[in-house]
Amino acid sequence: MAKKKINLVIDGINVSVEEGTTILQAARKLSIHIPTLCYHDDLCVAGNCRVCVVEQEKVKSLFASCATPVSEAMVIFTNSMKVRLARKHVVELLLSEHNADCTKCYKNGNCELQVLASQMLTGDHMFLDLVPDKKYSIDTFNTAIIKDDSRCIRCQRCVRTCEELQSVSALGVAYKGDKMKISTFFENSLLEVVCTNCGQCVNRCPTGALIERNYIDQVWDAIYDPNKHVVVQTAPAVRIALGEALGMAPGKIVTGKMVAALKRLGFNSVLDTDFTADLTIVEEGHELLSRLKKALVDKDPKVALPMATSCSPGWIKFIEHTFPEYLPNLSTCKSPQQMFGALVKTYYAQKRKLNSRNIVSVSIMPCTAKKFEANRPEMRSSGYKDVDFVLTTRELGIMIKQAGLDFEALPEERFDSIMGTSTGAAVIFGSTGGVMEAALRTVYELVTGRDVPFDGLNITPVRGTEGEVREASIKIDKVKPEWKFLEGVELKCVVANGLAHAKTVMQNVKEGKVNYHFIEIMACPGGCLGGGGQPIPTNQEIRSKRKTAIYEEDMGMPIRKSHENPEIAQLYKDFLLEPLGHKSHELLHTHYTPRKRY
Amino acid sequence: MSESKLKRVDLIFGEYSDIKYKVLADTLIRSNEDILKDILDSGLRGRGGAGFPTSIKWRLTAEAPGNEKYVVCNADEGEPGTFKDKEILTRVPRKVFSGMAICGKVIGAKKGYLYLRGEYRFLLPDLNKELETFHEFAKELGTDFNIEICLGSGAYICGEESALFESMEGGRGEPRNKPPYPTTSGFLKKPTVINNVETFVNVLMIMRLGADQYKKLGTTDSRGSKVFSVSGDTPIPGIYELELGMPLDRFVDEFGDGDTKAVQVGGASGFCVPRKKFKNTVIGFEGVPTGGSMMIFNSSRSMYNVLHNYLEFFEEESCGQCTPCRVGCQQLLKGIIAVKKGEKKTGYLDQLMKLSESMKITAKCGLGQSVANSFSSIVNNFREEMIY
Repeated sequence: MAKKKINLVIDGINVSVEEGTTILQAARKLSIHIPTLCYHDDLCVAGNCRVCVVEQEKVKSLFASCATPVSEAMVIFTNSMKVRLARKHVVELLLSEHNADCTKCYKNGNCELQVLASQMLTGDHMFLDLVPDKKYSIDTFNTAIIKDDSRCIRCQRCVRTCEELQSVSALGVAYKGDKMKISTFFENSLLEVVCTNCGQCVNRCPTGALIERNYIDQVWDAIYDPNKHVVVQTAPAVRIALGEALGMAPGKIVTGKMVAALKRLGFNSVLDTDFTADLTIVEEGHELLSRLKKALVDKDPKVALPMATSCSPGWIKFIEHTFPEYLPNLSTCKSPQQMFGALVKTYYAQKRKLNSRNIVSVSIMPCTAKKFEANRPEMRSSGYKDVDFVLTTRELGIMIKQAGLDFEALPEERFDSIMGTSTGAAVIFGSTGGVMEAALRTVYELVTGRDVPFDGLNITPVRGTEGEVREASIKIDKVKPEWKFLEGVELKCVVANGLAHAKTVMQNVKEGKVNYHFIEIMACPGGCLGGGGQPIPTNQEIRSKRKTAIYEEDMGMPIRKSHENPEIAQLYKDFLLEPLGHKSHELLHTHYTPRKRY
Repeated sequence: MSESKLKRVDLIFGEYSDIKYKVLADTLIRSNEDILKDILDSGLRGRGGAGFPTSIKWRLTAEAPGNEKYVVCNADEGEPGTFKDKEILTRVPRKVFSGMAICGKVIGAKKGYLYLRGEYRFLLPDLNKELETFHEFAKELGTDFNIEICLGSGAYICGEESALFESMEGGRGEPRNKPPYPTTSGFLKKPTVINNVETFVNVLMIMRLGADQYKKLGTTDSRGSKVFSVSGDTPIPGIYELELGMPLDRFVDEFGDGDTKAVQVGGASGFCVPRKKFKNTVIGFEGVPTGGSMMIFNSSRSMYNVLHNYLEFFEEESCGQCTPCRVGCQQLLKGIIAVKKGEKKTGYLDQLMKLSESMKITAKCGLGQSVANSFSSIVNNFREEMIY
């Protein structure tokens, strides 16, 4: 049933919108821009910053337009004298509590408060500076995320993100009145609480209160060090979002330009995480089959099924805290980033006749949790730190600007080799459902000798959707003789993105409500393309454009199945010998650590 | 002297202490329409301070869609200078419970909650005992209306209705966006009537006396009586039930110490009335409304100190979620200190007045909106005391 239409007037313009629309949304329809701070497309409405206030005719009080639904015959003014003064007061008040030392802030130039301050010409210090009396603290203990309370405007976007989207609730509100702040359990460092480092809060923070720990200078130092061979790997979701950090429209595929830029920045070798994404599929596919065999043929009661993917480090930390009893169900495969790191300092070093000690391995990720992952003590199987520095898409954007490159004008260049070749199956790792689809393309063919029975290899039923837990099953028949035990088996899969949905899936598994074989979880909404390290802003519309770009990139790849990647075949032939073999176990697989709930 | 005394009323604590829940029994057999009509005719407005017509609130909730509805009694008496609900709950709790049960019947709620201020924890044993009696009677009367007591934890903001619901639900005491209002989305997002302790007692007394009798008290805009908490520079502090609509000068004549300089009507969130305006000020919804607090100051008091004290209170008791209230309160407090110390020019007071005006129209809830009441009334009337 169509919703009732409500007619109102905004700034003298008649508009008709559906019942339940907010004044803010109605104004946007008319291209009237009402400033906001606590509002975010992805989150429930808080209505606490009060910067979006508007005036209604004949009403004394102003309304927060983000939180007020339209009503019939409303007459709204978004730019009256009363509104202008009130907004200026609100912004001035925020600034009086805010460490507005913009030139020393990481978010300088990408700060929503700064934009408002500049629009409102706040320069005359209308109110007293409250900052000197505040005992603001800054949490720099974490390897991934820095929390600086002196930059916080208490909009609670981060709190809502952590609670609603991620159901982690590492961040919450503490104290009241002038002492009210965003804090953690017992005000511990983010390093010591349930924080998964997913960085969704960082992506939504309007100011510099939550930022990634950046390693830009360390990477430059490595590049300039003549004794170092600096290798860089780039994650699948970076190539479809990096353009946004450099002024391009969302959804542009910039793989070639990105490679060109990295080469110009001075990296000795520009390689592709997609290569190890393919490798992950081969290893993880075999792992799944071996678990199924143990369960179905050997009737081994100890085999942990369903098996869950392990590529998303936010998800790993989440399950370690929240469902530690299910750690055996995680695939033991390292994430593609860490497989890459381990191989760079072994296989790659061997092939290129380099001393591992002199290799610096850098990764460009759409993710902040990858920074934490690279610093895990178990991620040193090459004998060195497998990945030395992790940069987000945003940090790479900054480096490109620092180097003065005209990104859009760069030519398209190709990844170096070895470890630079990949397939379409690897690219789609960047989207929710991508690992599942890539794994199925390989597993199905391994078992039956045929392509997956979907048009153009596009297994659309497992392509996840935001805000949804997607279940699918694929029937395996006419198998090769060695996989006889799988004849007629209905392989049950589930795909979820965003930790709130991951929690639902795991809760269902725990309560025995569902019976899956294979679970794919990505910690961030939409998968890695919506990662915490991606350009700001990120919202549903932007994520959907990035998603389209990812599948476009997949379709455009000459090879679209991981096991057909020729460099992977070479790797097994020369180095690893076989999937799940001795060397694989040593370098490509890992273990997990149960952690406390608080 | 005795003739000019303000009339004492004894509705709330008085003679009709309803020993056998008789009034409740008689009311429960009446029709809802009949009850609502009586409340409407009585002109009863909420006794918490805001003065929303009780009959409208109940009707809206009764008509709101949904089967699950709640009655909540707001006993989070936190306004500085108010202590009348404590007295009511100590002396006549059954009148409160009866009023809630009548509300339950009218709106179709089976469950009522008494949200008790954390500092009133000492009332719990007696209240629970009375509740047992109430539930026994309720059973006899064939109603399954049940009342439970919720304890607050000491935050002023939880007296704000939507923050109170958040607190009851186990959340942080932060006000919600309005609309939706409690009549459609209150406790557990269900239609809820939330009224002050005294309002429920008034309803019971309207049921006992009839609207016509009740209406004889007070004025056109402010029907009935009100329990006042009188404190400050008065020889006779305490709790008094008086008719609404009284002129402030007569109140001061009776309760002041002969040297009254100002009366703060309605607590820290209320208005400060200076001596020169006593004559023309009416205590009631047509004049200066109050939840009951009447603080009397004589000429020995510094109004700067009074305001400083209120602002300190607000700075701490703001929930901290919305900008105008959280930062505004800090700025007002630090601002008057700076002016007093001479660090800011006196003209800065005007800047602060504008700020308080902005707070009034932009803050998310009643707390932040009402800081301007005491601020502007004190600064306007005692400007010289702010400076020298």
